[in-house]
Amino acid sequence: MRLDTFWRSSAARSALLQSAFIAAIGALVVTAVLVAQSNLRAQGLTSGFQFLWKATSWDMNFAVMPATPESPYWWYIVVGLCNTLFMGLLGLTGATVVGLAVGMARTARNPSVRLLGTIYVETFRNLPLILQLYFWYALSTNLPNPRQAIEVGGTMLTARGIYVPGLNIAYSAAVLAVAILVVGGIAIVWLSNTRKVRRMDAKQRRSRLGLTACAFLAAALGAVWWGYSAGTNIFTMPQLQGLNIRGGIRIQPEVYSLAFAISAYGGAYVGEIVRGGFKAVRPGQVEAARALGLSSWQVFWRVQMPLAFRAMLPILTNQYVWLIKATTLGIAVGFTDFFMVIASSITHSGQTLEFIFILMAGFLLVNFSLAAVLNHINRAIAIKGDQIGTGS
Amino acid sequence: MTSVSSSPPTVRSRSLSRILPDYFGSAGSTFLTLLGCGILATIAWFVLDWAVLRATFDATATREECLARGGACWSVIAARWRIILFGIYPFEEQWRSALACTVVVTIIVVSCIPWFWRFWRLASVWVLGTAAFYLLMRGGVFGLRLVSEQNWGGLALTLLMFATTSVLGMPLAIVLALMRRSKMPVIAKTTGIFIDTVRSLPLLAILFTFAVVVPFMLPDFLVGEKLYRVIAASTLFFAAYEAEIIRGGLQGIAKGQEEAAQALGLSYWQSMSRVILPQAFRLALPATINQFVITFMETSLIVVVGFIELLAAGNAAYQTGEWRFAYVEVYAFVAAIYFVFVFGLSRYGAYLEGRLSVGRKQDH
Repeated sequence: MRLDTFWRSSAARSALLQSAFIAAIGALVVTAVLVAQSNLRAQGLTSGFQFLWKATSWDMNFAVMPATPESPYWWYIVVGLCNTLFMGLLGLTGATVVGLAVGMARTARNPSVRLLGTIYVETFRNLPLILQLYFWYALSTNLPNPRQAIEVGGTMLTARGIYVPGLNIAYSAAVLAVAILVVGGIAIVWLSNTRKVRRMDAKQRRSRLGLTACAFLAAALGAVWWGYSAGTNIFTMPQLQGLNIRGGIRIQPEVYSLAFAISAYGGAYVGEIVRGGFKAVRPGQVEAARALGLSSWQVFWRVQMPLAFRAMLPILTNQYVWLIKATTLGIAVGFTDFFMVIASSITHSGQTLEFIFILMAGFLLVNFSLAAVLNHINRAIAIKGDQIGTGS
Repeated sequence: MTSVSSSPPTVRSRSLSRILPDYFGSAGSTFLTLLGCGILATIAWFVLDWAVLRATFDATATREECLARGGACWSVIAARWRIILFGIYPFEEQWRSALACTVVVTIIVVSCIPWFWRFWRLASVWVLGTAAFYLLMRGGVFGLRLVSEQNWGGLALTLLMFATTSVLGMPLAIVLALMRRSKMPVIAKTTGIFIDTVRSLPLLAILFTFAVVVPFMLPDFLVGEKLYRVIAASTLFFAAYEAEIIRGGLQGIAKGQEEAAQALGLSYWQSMSRVILPQAFRLALPATINQFVITFMETSLIVVVGFIELLAAGNAAYQTGEWRFAYVEVYAFVAAIYFVFVFGLSRYGAYLEGRLSVGRKQDH
């Protein structure tokens, strides 16, 4: 009788169900950990994170920061994460540029331009990314060897990579200079949005922003000067010497084929988002702008573009997060990204559970920070009212 | 009166006069038309010249004959198509693999016909089809030779991944979506964390975890074949994404529907299965088709954890021996197969979207 009333109470039932659910998940996790630990013991390995300070004893074939087999695991993980971010930045930039071009082509009034855009999107969107990556990689490794290199305006295309002319400065100085330029760019964008600068008249604003830009440019040049060793030629051009190419900056096939594949594939998707963004701009907005006497360029740049951008940004955020995750495909052609560092570390060190934890934490961190930044921008530029047709 | 009796302009000239300004309305658009047509003609001519005019179609042609002609060397496809389609499946048993592929394609086509969109009809088609596929591929009964999972490959493996991921992933996605919307906070929160974690990880990381790491964390009797673990990984990934799509569909349904079902005295499961879910599915259908398209392309990722599916079989076909130069032809052939499936699915999705939106307009 009392059991009967217990089952009839939905609160009691749900409490029981939830405890059973938690117990089942707990049991699963505990079993996994126990089995893994006994397996670790059988292999003579200890659990815990002390191994992070051991040397890795294997080499990275691509690293944006110096890494040697003597470097500890934690440094490899940091470098791997930076490699992923570097490739993500290349891929996102490429995909955005391609996507803008394709999206504009698909919304163009000229039918032959529209057809070109459609062919691009249907081709690149309907083939698996990894197939495209393999294709570009096969293409780049089937280029002639260095002695028969194809030369295009100082750049040499070979099976061992693309050699581009560059500046002959120390690596750390180059990184510093790029960092200064990035910080400068962010500072100028931030400065131009502050209330004080917004209130200034155009001339004053231009001189203030120009001065800031010049300061950062000078700092970057200073960094370049600091990294330049006296007596050497500041420009380095790739040149054939014997069997190999000396000078210039070598871009490995793994790097540019992956960047190219992500840009081309992502570009097709971004192109569709751009098209959707322009379609979301209410025709009345364009007509109103024309009625005010704006030229067609002004209509596009001052009215259509900002409204379309606001409509696109939320979907673009998802696409960018997806593209960052797509850099893991680099493992198929041997690009050392975060995921490949984790995968190789597991096979070399056997610290399975710890590395899986780091893998998840790393991707959660990257995804959430990217989403947070883009959502912040989205909130900052969002406009009240119903100028774009996404609300309902 | 005279204006009425004057003959209207012919359809042809009217449409021409409307279209022509788009092409040649101004100097700018004339330039773009010429540029666009120029690029299109160049691409078309290049493809035609390479793939047809200077190509070698002779199945017995050697590498040198191909290189001398300078165009596509389709001889490599003639020589290697069995490897690309069937991988390392035993040569004399490959008719079984071909038949199994036909079975999967049939059940996909059948699922696209609206008459089958009843739970039992769809479920029986998929369960019978998958069972037939499995029997044909694995054998070991009815006098068929046993072919273990390690030897499966090519198109059959790609289709198997797609079919099993969909058939197992859909029910799991429904369960996950309902759990996430559950009124019990612990279940809703835990499911939410699970779905968000899976969605923020790359599929490759999940495939790798299941292929390489999970055996390490499971008791021996639970480990099983690598193929099944990879299918489980792909299913979980699909379910996490599809659950969010279904949740979106569920959110699109007016609260009154659920209240009406309750007022009629239906239980939770009855109102879900008879009233809420069918409507949610209809809302979620375009996004679901899109998810199927993405899943079909993502089956190609299992090449990274060591499976010889369609793409890996293509790699194997050109990377051995004398055909190393013919990678473009092999990738073009593999790409054509993927393209047929993916383009077909996405066109079907677009058709469905149009059809459903027409239906909704009639409702109101």
